[in-house]
Amino acid sequence: MVKVSEFLKEHGKPPREVYLDHENCGWVPPEVVEAMLPYFNKKGYGHPSITNLPGWEAYEVIESTIEKINKSINARDGELVLTHNGTEANNLAIIGSALARSKERNKIIISAIEHVSIIFPARSLEENGYRVVMIPVDKEGFVDPYMLSTLIDNETLMVSIQMVNHEIGTIQNIKELVETVKDKDDRIIFHTDAVDAYGRINIDVEELGIDLLTLSSHKIHGPRGVGALYVREGLKLKPIMHGALSTQKMWPSVENVPAIAGFSRAIDLAFTNFEDNVEKMKMLRDMLIEGILEEVPEVLLNGPTGEKRAPDNVNMSFLHVEGESITVELSLRGIYVSSGSACTSRVLEPSHVILAIGRKYEEAHGSILFKTSRYQKVEDIDYVLSQVPAAIERLRTISPLVRESRGILKKMVGT
Amino acid sequence: MSTRTPLIYTPKILDLFRNPRNLGRMEDATVSSQAGSPACGDVITIYLKIDGEKITDASFESYGCAANIAAASIITEMVRNKTLKEAWSITWEDVTNELGGLPSIKYHCSILAVGGLKRAIRKYFEEVRRERPEWLPENLSKEERQALEEEELIEKIYRKYGVAP
Repeated sequence: MVKVSEFLKEHGKPPREVYLDHENCGWVPPEVVEAMLPYFNKKGYGHPSITNLPGWEAYEVIESTIEKINKSINARDGELVLTHNGTEANNLAIIGSALARSKERNKIIISAIEHVSIIFPARSLEENGYRVVMIPVDKEGFVDPYMLSTLIDNETLMVSIQMVNHEIGTIQNIKELVETVKDKDDRIIFHTDAVDAYGRINIDVEELGIDLLTLSSHKIHGPRGVGALYVREGLKLKPIMHGALSTQKMWPSVENVPAIAGFSRAIDLAFTNFEDNVEKMKMLRDMLIEGILEEVPEVLLNGPTGEKRAPDNVNMSFLHVEGESITVELSLRGIYVSSGSACTSRVLEPSHVILAIGRKYEEAHGSILFKTSRYQKVEDIDYVLSQVPAAIERLRTISPLVRESRGILKKMVGT
Repeated sequence: MSTRTPLIYTPKILDLFRNPRNLGRMEDATVSSQAGSPACGDVITIYLKIDGEKITDASFESYGCAANIAAASIITEMVRNKTLKEAWSITWEDVTNELGGLPSIKYHCSILAVGGLKRAIRKYFEEVRRERPEWLPENLSKEERQALEEEELIEKIYRKYGVAP
């Protein structure tokens, strides 16, 4: 068996490091860690539903964090269910809604580019008589409201369309999609997975008219281990996890109080100077996109451009090279990214998102996701741009496809 | 046994990824072959120089993950100065062991490398020597079949999802 420690020794610690994989897991700033520490052993280390001081202190963290989250998404009423991550919140949204209305309706509409924590729970319901309809997206990842309206019928139980796509940064017009659905039938539940929207674009649940909305701590430089589901007041869900209830009826087990305290601090940091934070992400994003397009031949930008793209999202397909080897090559150079390649997944299929926007398999295999952050500096992106062209060039010298593709081009020009 | 599948490599794989041995197209190769497809995300090209019964030189090109590059590189090291018959007997387990092990999800990389090698040897006998030695089975070996299946699978996936190749 391969020893991880030996691998790490061979890899070595690069002298310079830039972390651009905030999509998958995040770097947590010291202020956030500091906010968590007291809740391990100084205060609030008790069980938040037990009647003793450390328990009440723990509950205070939960209460104040929920207030803060509600304020940040303009949720005046309603309920906020704390889970242990976005995946759990998405599962509760999909399965909890379906089970609560199992006697009435059975059709679930989701977009083709949802996160797998939406697709898999929806699919899992199919064996119990539910129907899942996947609505295709256009080449930038947008759902067409008219197409959505044609799919709605009196069997439709819920619609789930994410606010910002996690891989290609498409900012969906959720308000228009909610109106489309509610105009046809206001009893249909509308859920949006907003984990990649939170802290990047304004979210106002009242204005959007949304029923269910998912958030996750680690997407905004909070610790992993906390997710949240906003549930509109009066909407009935059925719990999907069963056990000893703590302070909430929809999700059992003791809340992860230190992580909730960290999430709370991360919210402060994301929403103080919100506009400046977003502008910084955008500036770094555009610098990265323009730099790569300028320096590296045969590259495709996946997803929309400008205001319709998430401020922190860069997704590029590097032709003739495979994404997993790009992540390894860049890691050796201290640049940490992820890929939509099949080789980085457990299922050996490339990213369904990149395929859904009409890219070919080989284009999906070469896709790399970079996410910029307000904690990065211009010099960090300069460093990335100094390494990416050389990294891609080295892998292209190994690949037989480069010569073949150029040979084909030559042949076409010749004839 | 643990069912976890971390995508962790051995130091040997990382070393071969950084400094691939026998990399590049061989202009004066006696025979070359390719296995895999761009749509699958892995392609290995193997070049062999053959003198009589002996492989005197071998090189490779690879489009694929780090394990794919390392497997293709190591097999070109393994076949050097071997007879064709000896080279034919190399198994994907041998390649995996030579790499110091592979995550189970990457076994197909060493299978593809052996598939590419066996294709080259078969091609050499079919097209250059125009004879089939006794030790070379008429039917495709397990690894050649696997490479072929992978190439055909992608066609099926394209049909299933309606994506144009």
